[in-house]
Amino acid sequence: MSLAINIVDIAVSEALKAKARAINDIEVEVGQLAGVMLEALSFCLEAAAQSTLAETATFTLVPMSGKGHCLACQHEVEISEFPAQCPDCGGFGVRIDTGTELRIRSISIDDENDRRR
Amino acid sequence: MCDSCDCGSTSGHEVTIQRPPGHDHHHAAETRRILVELDVLGKNNSLGAANREFFAKQQILALNLVSSPGSGKTSILERTVRDLKDELSISVIEGDQQTMRDAERIQATGASVVQVNTGTGCHLDAGMINRALPQLNPLPHSLLFIENVGNLVCPALFDLGEAAKVAIISVTEGEDKPQKYPHMFRAASVCLINKIDLLPYLDFDLPLCKDLALQVNPELVFFEVSAKSGAGLEGWYQWLRHKFAHNHHH
Repeated sequence: MSLAINIVDIAVSEALKAKARAINDIEVEVGQLAGVMLEALSFCLEAAAQSTLAETATFTLVPMSGKGHCLACQHEVEISEFPAQCPDCGGFGVRIDTGTELRIRSISIDDENDRRR
Repeated sequence: MCDSCDCGSTSGHEVTIQRPPGHDHHHAAETRRILVELDVLGKNNSLGAANREFFAKQQILALNLVSSPGSGKTSILERTVRDLKDELSISVIEGDQQTMRDAERIQATGASVVQVNTGTGCHLDAGMINRALPQLNPLPHSLLFIENVGNLVCPALFDLGEAAKVAIISVTEGEDKPQKYPHMFRAASVCLINKIDLLPYLDFDLPLCKDLALQVNPELVFFEVSAKSGAGLEGWYQWLRHKFAHNHHH
């Protein structure tokens, strides 16, 4: 839940900086290895957005695939969950390169035309 | 988020949660998308980095103790403080949703302690530690234990500025716990396996537990201990002494 609140807080603060009237959409990159389940995050985001500038926003959660490499043989390893095992040599010593991100990529906001022009 | 199941059922698809518009927009609105590119945990991470800098300056070795509820974190801590307090200066930050009970137990050992109650929160964050430190006022060249809220999920995500996470499991739990909560066991450097005095009465497969944990994190270091009988604790103390001495050389 605190992650969802963080996401809404960051989005609202960026929207206020841009003098937005409302947030339409919040786009969040969620790494497959970030330790966060998409369904649970969606649920919490809806709750966290209540009574904020993001109240009517949609949330676009973009899953980011996990990749790493084997420390023993340097083979590239696709990682969807742990334990991560090298498909080439079978080793479990795998360094994660991508897939742990939890990042707000962008927000879509409403400006008021008549005020801006 | 209590959501580490990693079921992967949605991988490859974008999940969009749509809500009907709450009210009519009377003004002609212009919609635009702005790039944000900010880490969701950025604020926690920068406070964690500030804590880490404080610990480095003060030469304080800070360890973050994590486990599920009931594995014996507080009992290990009580015993560790009692056994080492003559050779090391030790202070403790206790994290629980409610009550001062653990802080009272630690206070009885003679260590200085502050309790952080998280209310409904399921983990400590770096800001809480940041606010607790002036109250605790740990001595320079000391050892600081941070006992996290009993939870193997969320505390894995929140850096507190610690030098290492110490995961504790007990032999009354399933030996597959490291694979059920892999994020925590990947984040930890040390794993204490507690309550080994009960092994004769249980079906707990200790070598299997270690194997499963090592698959998740091949660099994990284990100590098999009993906070009750004291068995195996000397190995854990040696690790602490070594880590403490090494910490001073930075």
